[in-house]
Amino acid sequence: MRTYWRTFKTAAWLGWEMDSNWTEPWLFVLYSVIKPVAGAFILVLMYIVFVAIGRPSGDADAFSYMYVGNSFFIFVATVLFGTFQVIQSDREWYQTIRYIYISPISYYVYILGRAASKIAVAVFAVAITLLFGAMFLGVRLHLALADVPLFLVSTVLGLAVLLAIGICLGGISFLTAKHTHGLAEGIPGLFYVFCGVLFPLSVLPSWGQAVGRAIPLTYWFDITRRLIAPTVTVNTTLSGFDPLTILLFLIVSSIGFFLLSVLIYKVGEYFARKAGKIDMTTSY
Amino acid sequence: MSYAVETRELTRIFAGKKKRRRRAAEEVDESVGPVTALDQVSLKIEEGELFGMLGPNGAGKTTLIKILATLLLPTSGQALVAGHDVTKDPFPIRQVINMVSGGETSGYGLLTARENIWMFSQFYGVPSNVSNSRIDELMHIFGLWDKRNAKVRMLSTGQRQKMNMIRGFVTDPDILFLDEPTLGLDVNAARTIREYVMNWVRGQKGKTVLLTTHYMAEADQMCDRIAIIDKGKILACDTPENLKRMIRTETTFRLEVDAIRDLTTFSTLQGVKNFSHKDDIAKNRSFLTFILEDEGPVAEILSTITSQGKKVHSLQKSEPTLEDVFISMVGRGFE
Repeated sequence: MRTYWRTFKTAAWLGWEMDSNWTEPWLFVLYSVIKPVAGAFILVLMYIVFVAIGRPSGDADAFSYMYVGNSFFIFVATVLFGTFQVIQSDREWYQTIRYIYISPISYYVYILGRAASKIAVAVFAVAITLLFGAMFLGVRLHLALADVPLFLVSTVLGLAVLLAIGICLGGISFLTAKHTHGLAEGIPGLFYVFCGVLFPLSVLPSWGQAVGRAIPLTYWFDITRRLIAPTVTVNTTLSGFDPLTILLFLIVSSIGFFLLSVLIYKVGEYFARKAGKIDMTTSY
Repeated sequence: MSYAVETRELTRIFAGKKKRRRRAAEEVDESVGPVTALDQVSLKIEEGELFGMLGPNGAGKTTLIKILATLLLPTSGQALVAGHDVTKDPFPIRQVINMVSGGETSGYGLLTARENIWMFSQFYGVPSNVSNSRIDELMHIFGLWDKRNAKVRMLSTGQRQKMNMIRGFVTDPDILFLDEPTLGLDVNAARTIREYVMNWVRGQKGKTVLLTTHYMAEADQMCDRIAIIDKGKILACDTPENLKRMIRTETTFRLEVDAIRDLTTFSTLQGVKNFSHKDDIAKNRSFLTFILEDEGPVAEILSTITSQGKKVHSLQKSEPTLEDVFISMVGRGFE
């Protein structure tokens, strides 16, 4: 256990240094504020276009729905891409993977540690985006004090699911070359469509709703909206379940995804070691 | 007896690739067949030994090190490091080994040289104060002290290589794999590394080094025993002295002549066991090394050369080197 903790701590330190150490601290803070705000502006522009086409009076509920979903989607994009990228960058860019891999650590835990800094950066970005929305764009946020524990638990579970999916991608990336980073961009795209990020499941065809319900992130987005934007009334098809039931779905699917991630990672690692791909450099 | 490293009929075959491409009107077959990188390699390296693997590029040296360092699985056979099987039990192996590959520029560019090395020491559980004092000492020895706080992206290739050598030693492993550690380094840096490695192994009990190199003199100078490897097969394994003694009954002649193209005649001459040649295009000269059963064929060799209108610039009878051993076994040099 001590080895796991030491590995996690060192990997998290490395990840943080690489995420933050590329410039002066003040410039990094400025970048960390401007980037999510700029992302929010893209969303606002999209919303304005939709309103201009469809409903000129606008729909405050729909806007808040998509704003909150989009804010939390920052976690998805950042953590998935960050986790996937660990193996690719250590292998192709820094060429350190062989030395890290042969050290007496769990490489799985190492990836988790590297992802931790991505989560830290994403937490800041999500907070800034939500704050900006509430202060300047009329997004209706309200988190009751009593709901804070549930919110924290669901956030931790949501992030755990993201890490598990990221590790699955990591297992696959052991076997693939650098140019397959499109996988880490494509998978979040699927979640964007099927997990109720921008629009509720109710607008999807029945097969699309079935896909969405099989992905734990759908429950994470749903419970998060219920807790931090309770006044938003949009038909999500999950309104028949109370928050604790949704949390239960999230817990069960998180465990399932964690086990799946271990399996896929182990299989990917085995075949990579067999094929001699652990430290391959493609120069693509 | 337990060995630091033991391999039993270790074989590694890399699968080929089937590729058919259409280029213009014709279909081109670019298939690459399976490559046997290691072919039934059996070795025993004792604890405390500085063991060398000598062979040309592509001989299988790096593949062997990768298997022993638990990066790569063998196709068949068995490899044991510190008594543990590399396939079934890699974790205890990783606790006692480290590895350094020469000629590469690995490292995190945004970290300083010191931070890079420290980070790796943490993966091995070396306490920070121990790690820091070892880093200080090694940086002085390898001449990297002035660059300790420089970002890795600012280091030259040679400096990065020194940093990686320090990374290998900072964890104080029982078994160290050095894959061409002096490749591309300047003479002084290479000498420093050779001396440090020799002192490190011989100055402490229980330290073992497996060194791969294609520099004959390096292997000769450093290693207690050497295995000569070519095309995945171990051709010989003994002390440098014994290897050279193997061909001491033979005679080695080195000639410097005008650039010579037709070499086919030499292999048909009676008494020529093997020969190799190197060309110096700038000087328009060829350097020929002959392994002869005795001095008998020398006259015939000289007449073959002069009959082609080429001038002999020097002729030297010499003591056998490891390269001569290789030539004697394989029939060609390391080129």
